[in-house]
Amino acid sequence: MPSFGADMDSGLLQEWLVKQGDPVSKGDIVAVIETHKGAIDMEVFQSGTVRALLVEPGTRVKVGMPIADIDDGASAPASGASASEPAPQHTSDKTAVSTPALQRSQDRVKASPLARRLAENAAIPLQDLQGSGPDGAIIAVDVNAAIAGSDPGAAVPKPPDRSAMRQAIDAAMTRSNREIPHYYLATTIDLQAASQWLAAFNLEQEPDQQLLITVLLHKAVAVALRDNPEFNGFYIENHFQPSPDIHLATAISLRGGGLITPAIRYADQLTLPEMMDKMRDLTLRVRRGGLRSSEMSDAGITVSGMGERGVETVFGVIYPPQVAIIGLGKPELRPWVIDNTVQARLLVNISLAADHRVSDGRQGAKLLRSINKLLQQPECL
Amino acid sequence: MAADTETISYREAVRLALQEALRSDSRVFLMGEDVGHYGGCYAVSKGLLDEFGEQRVRDTPLSESGFVGAGVGAALGGMRPIVEVMTVNFSLLALDQIVNNAATIRHMSGGQFSVPLVIRMATGAGKQLAAQHSHSLECWYAHVPGLKVLAPATIADARYMLALALEDPDPVVIFEHVMLYNELAPPPVESDRLPMDKATLRRSGNDLTLITYGGSLPKVLQAAEQLSQSGIDAEVLDLRCLRPLDTTAIVASVARTHRVVIIDEGWRTGSLAGEISAIIMEQAFWELDAPVVRVCSKEVPIPYPEHLEQAVLPQPEDIVNAAKQLAGLA
Repeated sequence: MPSFGADMDSGLLQEWLVKQGDPVSKGDIVAVIETHKGAIDMEVFQSGTVRALLVEPGTRVKVGMPIADIDDGASAPASGASASEPAPQHTSDKTAVSTPALQRSQDRVKASPLARRLAENAAIPLQDLQGSGPDGAIIAVDVNAAIAGSDPGAAVPKPPDRSAMRQAIDAAMTRSNREIPHYYLATTIDLQAASQWLAAFNLEQEPDQQLLITVLLHKAVAVALRDNPEFNGFYIENHFQPSPDIHLATAISLRGGGLITPAIRYADQLTLPEMMDKMRDLTLRVRRGGLRSSEMSDAGITVSGMGERGVETVFGVIYPPQVAIIGLGKPELRPWVIDNTVQARLLVNISLAADHRVSDGRQGAKLLRSINKLLQQPECL
Repeated sequence: MAADTETISYREAVRLALQEALRSDSRVFLMGEDVGHYGGCYAVSKGLLDEFGEQRVRDTPLSESGFVGAGVGAALGGMRPIVEVMTVNFSLLALDQIVNNAATIRHMSGGQFSVPLVIRMATGAGKQLAAQHSHSLECWYAHVPGLKVLAPATIADARYMLALALEDPDPVVIFEHVMLYNELAPPPVESDRLPMDKATLRRSGNDLTLITYGGSLPKVLQAAEQLSQSGIDAEVLDLRCLRPLDTTAIVASVARTHRVVIIDEGWRTGSLAGEISAIIMEQAFWELDAPVVRVCSKEVPIPYPEHLEQAVLPQPEDIVNAAKQLAGLA
């Protein structure tokens, strides 16, 4: 059972998507694991042939326990597909994760739109429900009964449990503030150049292809991390392990409360439109399900911005075992002194909370300066 | 009955509104067939000729196209005409003036002219006036950009909507359902005055929304009362304004109750009920827990015999039955 984050101690194996004898390649989705962050598509991290599935669907398994045996042609049987702490994938092979979409057989189920929406939010498969509407159609009352657990006929996987998620956030954040000696830096950055470039760029795009300024901010952070590796990685067992790649975890809040921080993988290598697509895609999948395990586990740093509803400055709490979190304030027109005159400029406050065991303020300041510099040359992003 | 002194009728409310308009603005005048000496075919304008004289309460020849056209011209010339058309069926003779002129001149003149014209007309069935005096064609007018279409369903709206219509710089068509004229209510007060183009809840409920307008409102409220005796908690949304439709209010109510019955005295095919249903599908699809149901008039010309006329129209029992069949309501 792999860990999809430092705050995960076990997972419920919901469904196998492979069977004994199937060949698998690293990056294939082989199982759906229910966690407090919802159902996550688990990618296998070893190529070979499935020799045995060791765990029945519906079983809760501790992180690190074997759940399957994969014959990679070399290792001895029962080495198992297991993983412990967040496993940064030491690969730049992007094709490994682009497996074709899974075909899940789904007979057409009669259900009202409201019932479909409720079931989707609660991650309840409609096939598992008995409908009480006309012609056996599933209506809202049936889904609500299943959520409340009052329908004995409904074999329902647990919906992402908000209180479990709350507990996980509590545990991770308590650990963070207990163990990590945070230091905080913040700087105000002039976004005039970036926003002008963006406006010109967007002018030539279809409405659905237009970029948001937050994409530029994320990209600048990602690129700046190339020369500031001490902010991208993991602090495990008293030493810092830099991440070989730049995967930015991005904090996405859920409508019902709580948040999930999936990764924008290889963020420094994405073009701006690619990153925009990725962010839209992640937001959608956070709310609908379908996050992949690699997206949950291998980010070396988190970027937290609250967008339009944001505040001037974000003071972040590091998500262990990461060693830094970047906070994006809300870009706003504010007074700024240029050539001894006060002008209205689009400004953003970017903050850094970093682990003092790994870096010092001087290095932190350098990271923020790099971000600033990149944002003054948006055409290079 | 002692209550008589404390209530006024819908008819009286319209008359008070006309009186107020004529008194407060010298540009306002009333014109139409039999509005003067006869006092209006539904006795709405009785007494107004005596108070305001023939210049301002004008009987017209039986020529809808002619006197509605005169109203358009007067509005263009700076007056604030209120033109009464005896029934919506007769207004078809004036469609050219209303649709081709009143509704378009602002656009055709590049905004140089506006037509601040108010057209009142009776609509609906129930008085055994047969197929040429009983139809509900509100939906035809609600189809036309450039017009605003109102359907006052309460005594308060009858009292206050006219002034709002007169304030509007563009043509407004007001439909008065013939079965409402004798409805009684305590005299409305200023706080009963609602914005012209907003729907309003006449009753709040959790289980389903009954959407209606105009003459059907009393029947719908009756049905809601019957439903509550069966333990079904119905919300009643009165559209009030048929163009523009208050889609925000429609969607908000659907988001609360997830089930909708639309009650519309118009014929089902191509009806306002169909338009509202489409709006719900477009904007509130994921809120629906049951298909939208329409209760409309049967698709025949309105019959003369009373039992047939009543059989054709939406009745409280039809509304109750439709509501009870909705998914999720036992």
